[in-house]
Amino acid sequence: MTVAEFATRKSGRRVARRKLVNRVMLTLTGAAAIVAVAPLIWIVGYVVIRGAPAISLDFLTNLPTPVGIAGGGIGNAIVGSFMVVGLGLVFAVPVGLLGGLYAAARPTSRLGIAIRFATDTLAGVPSIVMGIFAYTIVVLPQGHFSAFSGAVVLSFIMLPVLVRTTEEMLKLVPGVLREGSLALGAPEWRTSLRVLVPAAINGILTGVMLAISRAAGEAAPMLFTAFGNPFMNTDFNQSVATLPHTVFVYAISPYPDWQAKAWATALVLIVLVLTLNLAARSITAWRMRRLGTIRA
Amino acid sequence: MSVQTQAAKRPLSSNRGLRALWQHGDGLYRIALVLGSLLVVALVVAIGWELWQGSGLARDKFGIGFLTSSAWDPAINQAFGALPYILGTLVTSGLALLFAVPIGIGTAIFLAELAPRWVAGPVGTLVELLAAVPSVIFGLWGLYVFVPTLVKPLGVGLEDALGFLPLFTGPVYGPSRLAAGLVLAVMILPTITALTRDVLRAVPGSQREAARALGATRWETVWQVLLPYGRSGIFGAVILGLGRALGETIAVTMVIGNNLDLSPSLLHPGYTMASIIANEFTEATYPLYLHALIEIGLVLFVMTLLINAFAQLLLWRVRGAAGARL
Repeated sequence: MTVAEFATRKSGRRVARRKLVNRVMLTLTGAAAIVAVAPLIWIVGYVVIRGAPAISLDFLTNLPTPVGIAGGGIGNAIVGSFMVVGLGLVFAVPVGLLGGLYAAARPTSRLGIAIRFATDTLAGVPSIVMGIFAYTIVVLPQGHFSAFSGAVVLSFIMLPVLVRTTEEMLKLVPGVLREGSLALGAPEWRTSLRVLVPAAINGILTGVMLAISRAAGEAAPMLFTAFGNPFMNTDFNQSVATLPHTVFVYAISPYPDWQAKAWATALVLIVLVLTLNLAARSITAWRMRRLGTIRA
Repeated sequence: MSVQTQAAKRPLSSNRGLRALWQHGDGLYRIALVLGSLLVVALVVAIGWELWQGSGLARDKFGIGFLTSSAWDPAINQAFGALPYILGTLVTSGLALLFAVPIGIGTAIFLAELAPRWVAGPVGTLVELLAAVPSVIFGLWGLYVFVPTLVKPLGVGLEDALGFLPLFTGPVYGPSRLAAGLVLAVMILPTITALTRDVLRAVPGSQREAARALGATRWETVWQVLLPYGRSGIFGAVILGLGRALGETIAVTMVIGNNLDLSPSLLHPGYTMASIIANEFTEATYPLYLHALIEIGLVLFVMTLLINAFAQLLLWRVRGAAGARL
């Protein structure tokens, strides 16, 4: 065989090998994608299958019963979750809005950089550490657990989500709107409140929904703030049950009856959280499309 | 007042209050913005300060030895050391990365480079929704479904095959460091996948075209051009995933078995920093005990702070193009 023949055969073999590697590795990335999607389907499927049979109006409205006594529900936990998340929002939304407005208006100023860095840092602080912080600043001075302290810790958890989405959504508002308003003689504060914020309001609401869905699922910091309460309580100065904390308590209990309730409570929680998330996503997608057409 | 104003039919601009607001509103508005922003920044500082203050007794009594001691005896000797918990956190987070990094980056490559739009969209959404599932539900699923059906058989298999290694000694109960690592891997997968996908998508098309024009296969383009190009962003994504794994609490507490076990075996139950806090915080009956737990929180806070700052720095370098933020 000639040298040329040998060379082509050898390079032919190399090409074949490269093509094989290409095919194998690309198939593996597809397999990775299947592995990555599987847990969500597995988790949601199991929560629905195990949780759905126990769901009823009574379950959603009744109070918990002792082990072995039929009936019993999570009415107190639903009310408690609404209380801590609602009050948390009241604390977090104004600050988050102001922080986001500032970060969007002056992104390169010293404070602008500081707030963005602080926001990203806060988002990374473990929720259990936030819980300790709320414990030392609220629970210890007050001397007792309370829905109020739960709301405080949830407001810290929601804050970075709110600042970020507000900032990002304000950045999407076309600059000509702001310039037009200023050119017409409106001062900066009126431009922000009457032009920029209304233009970005959908996006900001998306942020609020994401913040709620994040906060509503937090169990760890509730262990030593809201603490849990087997009775119906609407007093912010006393401890309350919350949905995620109820799931935790029921799940680690040794009683099959309670474990079944853990699945049912988890179903309520996951439906709440995923619905909020999907709604927030569709608003964002719709908004991006609309802004895209304005820009083009 | 308003009647008088109306009767006088004074023009709006001569209304002093409104005029003052109109003129000085910007000042007030700026003050409000700065105050709100300062509050956010101050919060980070305040968390560090409170944890430092709140752990004073433990810091004074044990000093730096707290980090290297394995003693945890609240009942009799009142001796505390954080080493087993620090190691538990590092081991479980390391395991999580071991599984989540290849799967996450593989999925990101699939989503950014291979999948047609109608596949990449829904699959990407499903992966991101996984990040929205509450931690306690991962724990519930881990405890009753994932660990018994997958992790325990895997553990038994590992013990049979590699039981002679200290890492894989039995007996296998199910709840273990391995179980915590695997559940954490599932939990940080969305972070790594979504950010890596965004980084890959931000690589300029000319890079791909040049590589393909030189005869590179698709995989060679990914492996030799795109991944090196997005290196720092992908590294940032992985580090951010690590940050999440370090602080994850409830799910880990539910599947790790919560046992102060000093053996190196991955198949034994263990403890992490977050799970000891979750388990014992409300049981801390005297100040030193509480301060020791808060000091563990302080160590965890500092660790995640450093890890996150590092990840943000890496991601900020590619952010302009990628807009990658999670």
